[in-house]
Formats: sequence, structure tokens, C-alpha cells
Amino acid sequence: MGQAINDIQEELIEEFGLFEDWADKYEYLIDLGKKLAPMSDAYKTEENVIKGCQSRVWLHAEKQGDLVVFQADSEAIIVKGMISMLIRVLSNHTPAEILAADLYFIDQIGMSQHLAQTRSNGLVSMVKQMQHYALAFS
Amino acid sequence: MAEKLNIDQIRADFPVLHQQVNKAPLVYFDNAATTQKPKAVMDALTAYYEQDNANIHRGIHTLAERATTSYELTRKKLAAFLNSPSTDQIIFTSGTTAGINLVAQTFGRANVGKGDQIIVSNLEHHSNIVPWQMIAEEKGAEIKVIPVSDEGVLDIEALKGLLNPKVKLVAVNHVSNAIGTINPIAEIISLAHAVGAKVLIDGAQSVAHLAVDVQALDLDFFVFSAHKLFGPTGVGVLYGKRVLLEAMPPYQGGGEMIKEVSFSGTTYNELPYKFEAGTPNIADVIAFGAALDYVQAIPAEALAAQEEALLAYATEKLQSIPGLKIVGTAPEKIAVISFVVDGVHPQDIGVLLDKFGIAIRTGHHCAQPLMQRYDLVGTCRASFSFYNTFEEIDRFVLCLEKTLQMLQ
Repeated sequence: MGQAINDIQEELIEEFGLFEDWADKYEYLIDLGKKLAPMSDAYKTEENVIKGCQSRVWLHAEKQGDLVVFQADSEAIIVKGMISMLIRVLSNHTPAEILAADLYFIDQIGMSQHLAQTRSNGLVSMVKQMQHYALAFS
Repeated sequence: MAEKLNIDQIRADFPVLHQQVNKAPLVYFDNAATTQKPKAVMDALTAYYEQDNANIHRGIHTLAERATTSYELTRKKLAAFLNSPSTDQIIFTSGTTAGINLVAQTFGRANVGKGDQIIVSNLEHHSNIVPWQMIAEEKGAEIKVIPVSDEGVLDIEALKGLLNPKVKLVAVNHVSNAIGTINPIAEIISLAHAVGAKVLIDGAQSVAHLAVDVQALDLDFFVFSAHKLFGPTGVGVLYGKRVLLEAMPPYQGGGEMIKEVSFSGTTYNELPYKFEAGTPNIADVIAFGAALDYVQAIPAEALAAQEEALLAYATEKLQSIPGLKIVGTAPEKIAVISFVVDGVHPQDIGVLLDKFGIAIRTGHHCAQPLMQRYDLVGTCRASFSFYNTFEEIDRFVLCLEKTLQMLQ
């Protein structure tokens, strides 16, 4: 069994709690983006694209046993950092767990602005799409 | 040598500039999206609502009279601002987009037919493309495009090749919103007129920087928004030649635009009211009058000199950043710099600059055909106004360097 969704969220809150300065926080976020497991080009299809006004996000989901596994990518590195955290929190969980998840960590680590800018990046749509996949797989 | 502006004094007139954003002093370099408003504009809005608020034109009481007079005074100021031969050729809209749609749906619908052509340019904002595509599709007309060079200059020789008697309208911007190019509109207008085509100039990006004389330019239609000229949002201006406006069918039906209504038929009001159905944006039109007074009180030469100096200074400083490329290097441009940096997505730059309190615009600037022309997903755009300072540019460049260090 993997970690529970809220345990991972707590872990992220702790990691970001180490930084007092916004710049350190963003450097960490950018680093997470750079370390995001590369998405197979085969999944970077028009079908998997989530269009933001400024940058594109690709999302692929598949069911492995009882668990939903996500892969994603973006053109913009800060969005990629956000994606990396969303995947860390939501991937490898059951559809029921994903659907029940309350993503409180985003607000707690001070990154909610990236989910509020609804038109400029695809993150809000990406979270919705992750839940849609979970629903479809449940 | 032009008189120098007292920038400190000017900045004191713009309350919004004096604040901290993300714990840093705000640097506002998104003036091409909307300009900030001098206090006189807010004062005019408040005074109107506190003292004069009434519906205009029909009321016979004192407040209605006052509101009507103030509203019509802005029209007079605009007629003078554009050197319009009369005030009734100044039509209030809700913005540039509304003005273009008005012309597309009235002049366009009446004058563009099957097999006709409408010419736009590769530099246009979507709002000067889509309304023409809609009318072209409806009428079976064709859209032709004036190409743009690598530097961002329109190919006037190509325009000459495109012009023919089937062209009913040429719609181009005076200044490109995405890269700042000033287009040679006088030449475009005379070339278009030579084949009998009318011309609509989108002045959204020019009015805050360049003088426009609609008679000297022999303009057919000129549209712009108040909010890019230090006025409120929700107000736009359409200037049109009288003969064209009079021949155009009305746009929206309703109150104000009629002379007489009966179920056997309705007659329409005179210009400009024929195109101003419903209660207009009275308060903001009146406050726009205060914005016009404010900007016209600043010596135009000094204003232009300040903006030119800001552009030259920022261009030089940005060019020294490794991997940075300025998009749009036309010899004639306003104080707008669009740029990209190798290996960095514009959005990331915008997000981090905002953390430094610096407001720029990133993305495709609603000019996707231009981004496609340059094979870009978007650019970063810093756009200046006369109230910006050299110190702000220094901070912008310093923070941009820090931003790029974080991203690269």
C-alpha cells in the first residue's frame, strides 16, 4: 500500500515550510518541475491536451490494478512543478480516494494563485480532468 | 529640445502606482493592456454619482440636464481630440471591439457581398479579425491578409498587389498591440481609397501615444477604447465619415436610437443616437472627459520624448541579456517591447516577475496569427507609459535577470 493522500499533502506542506522566502519556494517548485518524470511522447496527443490561455498541459491516465496512474507534462516549468505535486498526491490511488481528495496543500504552501488563474494555465482543468478519469475508472 | 516632464508630479496623480505588490514596489509595465487612471478620473466618477446622477437626453429635470450636458461635453472634447468635422460623428460604444463589430454588422452587412474581399493584416488583434471573418462567412466574401516582415513591418508592396475593386474594406491597426509597430496608415488609406475601398483603423494602441487627425488622414472609420487612454473601462469611441454613418443601417434596436415607434413602422434617430441604443455608460463617458483633459494638459512633445527615451533605454538594457530576443524591431514603434528568451516559457517569466511586483503581459496577446508567423507560443511584453521611470526599468531588468537565473 502506498501513502495516504493526506500524508503526502502533509509531507509537501512540511517541505515547503522549510522556505521563508518566496524565491526559495519557487526555486524548489521549479526543481520539482525539472524532475517530473518525462511523459511518453506517445501520450502527448491532441486528445490529451488541456488548453490554457498561455501554456498547454498534457494529461494521460491509466488503471493499473485498482489504482489510477497519471502522467502529465507542460510547456511551462512552474506549471510543471505544480503538476509534479498533483501527480505525487493523486497518482497511484484508487478512484474513490482520488474523488474524495481535498487538495488543501495547495493553499497551505501558498500556491493557490496558480489554480486561481483559470485562463492562463490549464491547472484547474487538469485537476477536474484527473477527477473525471477517476470517475470513469471507478 | 522639448520641455521635460516632472515625472514625480505626474506619478502623484496616479494613486494606483503607489503600492507594494508581493512586498515590493509595484512596477506597472502593462500599459498596452490598460493604462492607469489619474485621480481626476475617479473624482469625476464620484462627483457624477454624488451630484448629477440621472438618465440623459429625455429627462427635463435639472439633474438630467446636468448629466446630459456633461455626457455631451465628452463628445465635444473627442471631436476636438480627433479633429472630427462634427460632434455627431463621434459614437460612443463599449470599447474598440464593440466599435469594430458595429461597423462589421452595419457597414459590412450593407456593403460586402458574395465574392467581395476584406483585407486585414498579419499584425491584427483577434478583435480586428474575427468580426470580419464572421461577416465574410455570412456573405461569402474573402479575407486577404497583408503580410508582415521579420522585423514586424507591414509589406505595403504586397498590399498594393492585394488591392482591387472587389476589396470593400481594409481593416488594420494603427499600432500593433503585440509588438508596437506603428503602421503607415496614411499610405494605407490613400492606396485603399484609390480602388474605392473604405478603411477602418483600430486605434486602441495608438491614441495614448500618437495624435490622430481624422480629416488630414481622410479616415473612414476610427475606433478606440477609453481605458487605454487613461479613462474608465466600458467606453469606446467610433468615429465615422458622415456619409458612411448616415448610409449605414442601425445596429442595435431599442430606446434612444428611434425617432418614432409604431407597430406599422419605426423611424430612426439622427446621428450619433442612431447607433446608441439604450442607456449608455453615462458615468464612465463623463469620467473619460476628465481623462482627456488630463492627458491633453501634458505637452505632447514632452510626453512623446519621455516614452521614446524609456523605449530606447529599455531596449538597450534588454539586448544585453544573453539569450533574449526582441520580437518586433520596426523602425517606427511605440514604447512596447515584446521579447522571448531561449529555452524559457514566457508564462514562467511573467509569474516570477509578478512575485517581484512587476506587471508585464505574457502570452499570445490575442494575436495568434502573428505568433504563428514568428513560430512562437507567445512573448513577454513590457509596455510603457509616460508615468514610468528609468529606475523602474532598472528594477525590471535586474529582476528579469534574477528570474532567468531561477528558470535556466
